[in-house]
Amino acid sequence: MKGLKIIVLAKQVPDTRNVGKDAMKADGTVNRAALPAIFNPEDLNALEQALRLKDKIEGTTVHILTMGPGRAAEIIREAMYRGADGGYLLSDRAFAGSDTLATSYALACALRNLNPDLLICGRQAIDGDTAQVGPQVAEKLKLPQVTYAEDILNITEEKITIKRRLERGIEVVECPVPCVVTVNGSAAPCRPRNARFVMKYKYARGTQELQDADEDYLNLLQERPYLKITEWSVNDITCDPQELGLNGSPTKVKNIESVVFQAKEAKVMDASDEAIDAMMKELIINHTIG
Amino acid sequence: MNSVFVYCEIEEGIIADVSLELLTKGRTLATELGVKLEAIVLGSHLAGVEKQVFPYGVDVLWVGDDERLAPYTTLPHSSILVNLFKQEKPQIAFMGASSIGRDLGPRVSSALHSGLTADCTSLEIGDYEDKKNEKTYHNLLYQIRPAFGGNIVATIVNPECRPQMATVREGVMKKEIFNANHQGEIKTIDVNGFTSPEDFVIHVIERQMEKSKVNLKAAPIIVSGGYGVGSKENFQLLYELASVLGGEVGASRAAVDAGFCEHERQIGQTGTTVRPKLYIACGISGQIQHTAGMEESAMVIAINTDANAPINKFADYVITGDLNVVIPKMIQYYKKNSK
Repeated sequence: MKGLKIIVLAKQVPDTRNVGKDAMKADGTVNRAALPAIFNPEDLNALEQALRLKDKIEGTTVHILTMGPGRAAEIIREAMYRGADGGYLLSDRAFAGSDTLATSYALACALRNLNPDLLICGRQAIDGDTAQVGPQVAEKLKLPQVTYAEDILNITEEKITIKRRLERGIEVVECPVPCVVTVNGSAAPCRPRNARFVMKYKYARGTQELQDADEDYLNLLQERPYLKITEWSVNDITCDPQELGLNGSPTKVKNIESVVFQAKEAKVMDASDEAIDAMMKELIINHTIG
Repeated sequence: MNSVFVYCEIEEGIIADVSLELLTKGRTLATELGVKLEAIVLGSHLAGVEKQVFPYGVDVLWVGDDERLAPYTTLPHSSILVNLFKQEKPQIAFMGASSIGRDLGPRVSSALHSGLTADCTSLEIGDYEDKKNEKTYHNLLYQIRPAFGGNIVATIVNPECRPQMATVREGVMKKEIFNANHQGEIKTIDVNGFTSPEDFVIHVIERQMEKSKVNLKAAPIIVSGGYGVGSKENFQLLYELASVLGGEVGASRAAVDAGFCEHERQIGQTGTTVRPKLYIACGISGQIQHTAGMEESAMVIAINTDANAPINKFADYVITGDLNVVIPKMIQYYKKNSK
């Protein structure tokens, strides 16, 4: 079969899994600067599924589409180190404050520029855990969706066969292509960086990253156009500006509370017979057990 | 007035617990708002399904009974919801934050351009003042959820768009019969009218669903083990204690990933949320991903060799010691004192 044009939707996220002591400021708010920005973990699982199809079907290309600030080009570069062909960064102040629906709208508009044969993304991002953007992009593009994918079993010109991992079991579904596939963390982990690709792409830069580039670098870019990471602003996509950012977001944040861990008054004890005997007596007397 | 709607999941003729929990919450909110509670069940062979939902206070039950609606696939279920919501204009719509609800909810919210908040941990009615536009909204749904890996709790509102949609995970809300004799009205959904043939393009060719054998949510006592338990063999001790106390065994993700315990016992953000009378955490350090699923336990005993384990902040009893010593003593003194 002919090669596929695959787009992987990915997001750069703060690493909320490794929240250290300095991650919370004294006033109890999140100190984003103290959290490293990483490739959203399930998007890496999605990338692996795309790269496997690229390995299998000659002529297949894999590109990342991400929305974020200029530094989000980092994850496009990271994907290129692992085997992706390149990527697109959708970056504009007009997208600021987007909820999942406004994000999906912007991504869907960008995807209309690209016309992929298959769209793959992680099930959810760890900073929000909503799992909404994949299905919402699918709906905006009127494409079918397969969520909770664990493995792409087969693909033909007409349809894709996917194993899904659900809470209480597995399901194998056949879905016509093009479609949107969202991949679970239980899927195969992403391959590591390939040294050859790191050498090739380490100077790849997005437009905003190029602002301070010197002449030598610009000459290099002339010679090697593949080092240019495409960046799109709101002017590069066809969209209704009212649907973007805060304006286009039906959900509003009323307020945010930081979780402050208050220590309960606890009985601290050792493993002695007396202590445990006393505790079990208490639990029986207050009807917790018994 | 516009109703509160709950999409009910059904598997082999049984309405999912998460849906009954949402009906319970929906009943409370509908009463507070002075509106009807309406439920939707889509599937096949649904005769008699009303007996399962009416006791939860459902005023109107919408039934879409068609061979093609079971097992669940995204497109026909979302088309029916989108068209039904366009017709009925609910002010609030809930679904489970399950692999079905989280597949269906975003699709429906996108089609209706209505806001959806995933994985709410609390739902309340309240007012909202939009300071920028100097507008006050009354009786909005407060969708309260943790974000940022559990480090913040956000209250989300949908001031303009309807329905206000939210998903909630199983076990987060309580399930309570409203009135065993409550009777509602049954309305039939015109499945062909609300779907198109293109909605049936996805085929489920294989399906292996396990009935959940372990019912952690219903257990009054949970003996839960973490990575600190050390091995699958050591987990046997936890089973012994659970069996003596009449409880169930749970596990943290680390213990499940290490192969000490099966996945269906996992408690926490990616597992089950529990709120037992007594939670005994053995060798669990207490990462937020775990505590998010057990912090509402009425009483917590933490057994850990590390006197500074984060789990201790949630504990009523902190036992610093080796669980291989502590657990047998707990069994011994329970037996002695309960006689």
